[in-house]
Amino acid sequence: MSEEKPFTIEQFYKYISQGKLMGGKCKKCGTIYLPPRPVCTKCHSKDFEWIEIQPKGKLLTYTIIHVAPVQFQSMAPYAVGIIQLENGLKIPGIIKNVEHDKIKIGMELKVVFEKTPVNVSQWPQWPRYYFKPA
Amino acid sequence: MKGKPLVSIISAGLSKFGKLEGLYGREIFAEAVKEAFDRCPNLNPKDIQALFVGHMGESYEHQGHTGATLADWTGLLHIPATRTETACASSGAALRIGIFSILSGLYDVVMVGGVEKMTNRTTPEVTEFLAMASDFPFEQWHGITFPGLYALMATAHMHKYGTTEEQLAMVAVKNHHNGFLNPKAHMQKEVTLEKALSSRVIAWPLKLYDCSLITDGASCLVLTKPELAKKYTDTPVQIIGTGQASDSIGIYERESFTSLIAAKLAAKQAYQMADVTPKDIDVAEVHDCFTIAEIIAYEDLGFCKPGEGGRLIENGETTLEGSLPVNTSGGLKAKGHPVGATGTAQAYEIYLQLTGQAEKRQVENAEIGLTHNVGGSGATAAVHIFRRE
Repeated sequence: MSEEKPFTIEQFYKYISQGKLMGGKCKKCGTIYLPPRPVCTKCHSKDFEWIEIQPKGKLLTYTIIHVAPVQFQSMAPYAVGIIQLENGLKIPGIIKNVEHDKIKIGMELKVVFEKTPVNVSQWPQWPRYYFKPA
Repeated sequence: MKGKPLVSIISAGLSKFGKLEGLYGREIFAEAVKEAFDRCPNLNPKDIQALFVGHMGESYEHQGHTGATLADWTGLLHIPATRTETACASSGAALRIGIFSILSGLYDVVMVGGVEKMTNRTTPEVTEFLAMASDFPFEQWHGITFPGLYALMATAHMHKYGTTEEQLAMVAVKNHHNGFLNPKAHMQKEVTLEKALSSRVIAWPLKLYDCSLITDGASCLVLTKPELAKKYTDTPVQIIGTGQASDSIGIYERESFTSLIAAKLAAKQAYQMADVTPKDIDVAEVHDCFTIAEIIAYEDLGFCKPGEGGRLIENGETTLEGSLPVNTSGGLKAKGHPVGATGTAQAYEIYLQLTGQAEKRQVENAEIGLTHNVGGSGATAAVHIFRRE
């Protein structure tokens, strides 16, 4: 059996570049972390395993960013939301492929992945994931 | 310790807030300190034994090591001088550490304060520096701006409780009115509801007038043991409660997007220590970095039930003439938000209110005041309760 990859933010984004949404599950107390954490903040165990999270969820809240940071200016205005996945896990991200006035809290969204290889020499420049209508 | 004074404020100072062109942060802080010394002739600057100052970002002025820099430029060498950083709650934390330093018995008199110089940078630069108070790899990296985080809370609040964009704008109208009456406020200009509602969108549902200002400014307080206060002034203000708490750096991990747990916990600690309830508060300065933040603050502080913050502003309860005036200074919205200075600037306004020096903004017979200072998108909150002696 191959050794588990380190439970780091960097490894989380390496999985993103492979099209996988991966969380860390504490083998001791069962808490799942997305993104993974090196030590369980509930029971302080370091014994984790990777689990793949279904890349779909429900929109909990959103905003339309009009005044954007420099590197996002060409996209503005763009929508950003927080989605709830299985096991109550939540992640934020940019919502694409839907007209802004059609975005509704509770709508089903899927996670899509930017499958560019991770270049660790440019740390922390990660590939991104986005949300699109399911 | 229930209801007993922790420390007394014997003097306070506030620089002009605004776009202070040509001035460094240290020079702005010197203006606040000068006022504190002028207000209290019985205080010899040499009585001050330690300095704690809030300052969020060294990026603005390319200047770190703020504690010593400010002691140096205000004639306070060679006392120990330490900077605290909890994002926009940096001087709320400085105040708290100042209180601890007196309670420890080590010092009799200390100065606490804060400073931020921001307007020398462009708006995109400031936006980026402020975003550093949020989670980088999961929020900033996915294009979420600082206003965007509060916009996520606003959308959730509107969806869950029916809070309206008009109610958000009413917070701006109220705070601009108060700022109009405050000669030190950055924006001394009234705004109409129509103008606020039709201003350009920053991060929907938040518009320009829902956002606080990019401002230069500094603030300070002089603290002493309660039993020594009368040696310095006839009108000291006691601090009777202090609370501080933390929360997840990313808002996405939180149970609720319509409340700040850190603020609720900090408030609970402060109320219990002070032995008062929300009903006892006569005047409050809350962290209105965005209008939605003031509405959430009403609920987190127990001024109304969860979900009723929108109605509280709509019914006029928090105006100068209302049952509980909030942000009489103009708040972060109109007085301005030089982030490191904000916590002790809030305390400065409460000091004026409880000593009857708030002029056109004076709340009649104010006895008990509260400050609510939030760091970033709620990962830190500090609450303090004050009483007229």
